[in-house]
Amino acid sequence: MREIHVDQVAETIAKMFMEANYYLSPDVVAAIDKATKDEQSPVGQAIFGQLIENYTIAMTERVPMCQDTGSALVFLEIGQDVHFTGGYLYEAIHKGVAKGYTDGYLRKSILNDPIKRVNTKDNTPAFIYTEIVPGDQLKITVDSKGGGSENMGQLKMLPPSAGWEGVRKFVVEAVAAAGPNACPPLVVGIGCGGNFDKVALLAKKSLLRHVGHSNPDPEWAAREQELLTEINKLGVGPMGLGGTVTALAVHIEVMPVHLTGLPVAVNIDCHAHRHKEVVL
Amino acid sequence: MAKVYVTTPLTKEQIKNIKAGDEVIITGTIYTARDAAHKKMVDDLAAGKALPFDATGAIIYYTGPTPPKPGQALGSCGPTTSYRMDKYAPTMYEQGVGAAIGKGYRSDEVKAALVKNGALYLASTGGAGALLAKRVEAAEVVAYEELGAEAVRKLTVSELPTVCINDASGGDQYYNGQVQYVKADAMVKPKKPEAGE
Repeated sequence: MREIHVDQVAETIAKMFMEANYYLSPDVVAAIDKATKDEQSPVGQAIFGQLIENYTIAMTERVPMCQDTGSALVFLEIGQDVHFTGGYLYEAIHKGVAKGYTDGYLRKSILNDPIKRVNTKDNTPAFIYTEIVPGDQLKITVDSKGGGSENMGQLKMLPPSAGWEGVRKFVVEAVAAAGPNACPPLVVGIGCGGNFDKVALLAKKSLLRHVGHSNPDPEWAAREQELLTEINKLGVGPMGLGGTVTALAVHIEVMPVHLTGLPVAVNIDCHAHRHKEVVL
Repeated sequence: MAKVYVTTPLTKEQIKNIKAGDEVIITGTIYTARDAAHKKMVDDLAAGKALPFDATGAIIYYTGPTPPKPGQALGSCGPTTSYRMDKYAPTMYEQGVGAAIGKGYRSDEVKAALVKNGALYLASTGGAGALLAKRVEAAEVVAYEELGAEAVRKLTVSELPTVCINDASGGDQYYNGQVQYVKADAMVKPKKPEAGE
């Protein structure tokens, strides 16, 4: 058994959120650089120029690349031989988020209740996702998820007869409907299979995959490419002003499913795709 | 598509001459307001109270900035998605607002209000908050301080870059731009604006 003090978790998370908001991760930088070369619209290229200038300023001056510094998503893969000491793990996570968002001059965007809508003033509570895995390590992944792209997400319980064609149509229509609202070029996360709640989680988790990495199953990797091609035919382009790059990547995560169902979920992220991982 | 430099407030003549697709570079005073501030302003108007700024030719920026770091006038301040203001925007244009800056599609009601009142919908680059903050020289809260990032702020901006999306004669740059790049076999085609020129 290995002991990890929860204060170490809190400190790590505080730092991770600041860095995720100041430094665009290398996988996204590479995807934007590639897309700049691919984009055929002059207006689209000018937008890419602004995005590159923007992430350079953010990095150099340690300021948030986007004013929507997001909901604080915290994913933990907890080795089953880890024992947490010094307090309750979830409290430490919230403490880390509050510290990162306060000390890091990040925006506090979380409201206490969907109808009362009073700001909690420190961006807590964090949205926490945990998984128990073999071993004695703790892997922390954080994601600052912007609200504009999150609002464009969709979920549908398709009938099995819809097949891949139905999934394809649902995804492309969701991206077309999102258009400029979700700040393209996008990273499109898709869940397929599972049930009502698992499919949404799959879509969310697919966004954590490094941009440029494909689904390990060649059949699903080919479907990711097929959807990327279809999405980039839409002509939406950077910021919806018209162009050939609407999405930087399409990620699909799948799981087994009940014989009656074909659930599909689309969770969209913007070009300011802020994620970071640390293993303790 | 022209590059137009404007100083605030906008005149009716300036608005008439700006067309969808034009780059509109703004210098002067603009006001921030998003969902919560719009609700309060529209409620205030219904209660017979005045807006917290002179609406005539004014420019509203749909943004909720990050807190400024020491030495900054304002933190990162990219646009937020505009459709959430669609419910309130026609009332604001009725009051004389000359333009709003945001990102994303507007409702047919908002586009009709632009034509009816002679006003514009502009977009700045979403997610370019650090870059746009460089164009803000001063910021002060003028109303609803309790809303924090959502308070109404008066900003002094220098050459803030925007693009005209919807003009006062029904032009729609999202449609005009996308229709040039959509492939013949795309599964969904750009939707033609109802009130097109």
